[in-house]
Amino acid sequence: MTDGKGEVLDEELARRFRQLALPHLDDVYTLARYLMSNAADADDAVQECYLRAFRHFSGYRGPAIKPWLFAILRNVCYAAHSKNSGLVFTDATSTGSDDAVPVWREAEETPEGAAVRRHDAGTMRRMIQDLPPEFREVIVLREIEDLPYRDIANVVGVPIGTVMSRLARGRAMLRRAWTAAEAKDDGR
Amino acid sequence: MNCEEANVLMHALLDGELDAGHARAVEEHIAGCKACAVAMRDFRAMREAITSIPLGFTAPSSLRVAVESKLPAPRQGLLRRELLAGFGIGSVATALAASGVFMVAMRADDQQRILGEAVSAHMRSLQGNHLIDVQSSDQHTVKPWFNGKLDVAPPVADLTAEGFTLIGGRLDYIDSVPVAAIVYRRRIHVINLFVSPVPGTARATPVTAALHGFNCRRWRQNGLGLCAVSDINADELAEFGQKIEVALRT
Repeated sequence: MTDGKGEVLDEELARRFRQLALPHLDDVYTLARYLMSNAADADDAVQECYLRAFRHFSGYRGPAIKPWLFAILRNVCYAAHSKNSGLVFTDATSTGSDDAVPVWREAEETPEGAAVRRHDAGTMRRMIQDLPPEFREVIVLREIEDLPYRDIANVVGVPIGTVMSRLARGRAMLRRAWTAAEAKDDGR
Repeated sequence: MNCEEANVLMHALLDGELDAGHARAVEEHIAGCKACAVAMRDFRAMREAITSIPLGFTAPSSLRVAVESKLPAPRQGLLRRELLAGFGIGSVATALAASGVFMVAMRADDQQRILGEAVSAHMRSLQGNHLIDVQSSDQHTVKPWFNGKLDVAPPVADLTAEGFTLIGGRLDYIDSVPVAAIVYRRRIHVINLFVSPVPGTARATPVTAALHGFNCRRWRQNGLGLCAVSDINADELAEFGQKIEVALRT
């Protein structure tokens, strides 16, 4: 069957995919940089993500392309992690580490001094990258990619309540790292 | 509400994801609990710090090329043909419209096409380095930049206090007509406000639409056709549009 019809359809599909998915390349790359430990791995993950996305694009009926791409990227990243290092990431079925960090005790220990100060971009990126993955991803999706809770829940594949508790714990950890970094600044 | 609950819900409050009833309950708890009030203050300051600095990454051009090269290549000259085809349809429609028969249909079709072009222009502006030709947060720098480039003085409003930061302006083309693109930022989102002269000074009430995941708001005012495009949600874009409308009235 070489009537060229299939070719035209592929072209039309590729054109639509370019138009819809490519503008989000920076956002997808950003998430990859936070999920992978180095730039080269992030690069590979993004390429694999776009390949997979295009392969499934003919069946795509989703309302928003960005969370859809993020969900694919996340799968790619976590598959790469488990293949490379045998590292198993926490997902919806394992709740252990979610409970390990108390969120609210923090507040009592914090002095009532001035509000937290600002850090430079490098320090802030590092603090986010140092978070355990299940907290890091919700923080990145919320603070940097600016997704609403509903979309974060869809990307991560957990209920909104879990998104809320992970954000709370993630931010509590971030706050601790934040004030620790301030103390270090002061000690200089 | 106890501290444990408040320490989870205060984040939803910060993120604007809490309904009014829960929001009030969290605020009441915080008003009476020093530790939670301090935490809330810290989290708010942290959030402001994080969103005030771009913490995202820009994909290296080698990656962009690699991703594009793996997609089926668009046929050579396709774009040009499409454009001409569109032009042909436009002429036929215009000719038919002269008889008055297809007036309504053509208008709806035209609107849709121009909307598509506005969204394309918005997406183009986000790719590569062509978001702004004149970079300034000062309306008195951006506005004169368009002098002599367009037969219209586009309205440039300072909405920083309202959470929409002016970042610059650019000359763009929609429907083969040069238009002013005034670029604003809302947190990390870009808003393109396209402005072009239109005949007459009749006001047209805003029409909103969503296309390819972007929200658009179009209206006419003071002899100008305005179209705001962004990926911020429809409510925020409506807020932006209203603020520009108010700024135009004064």
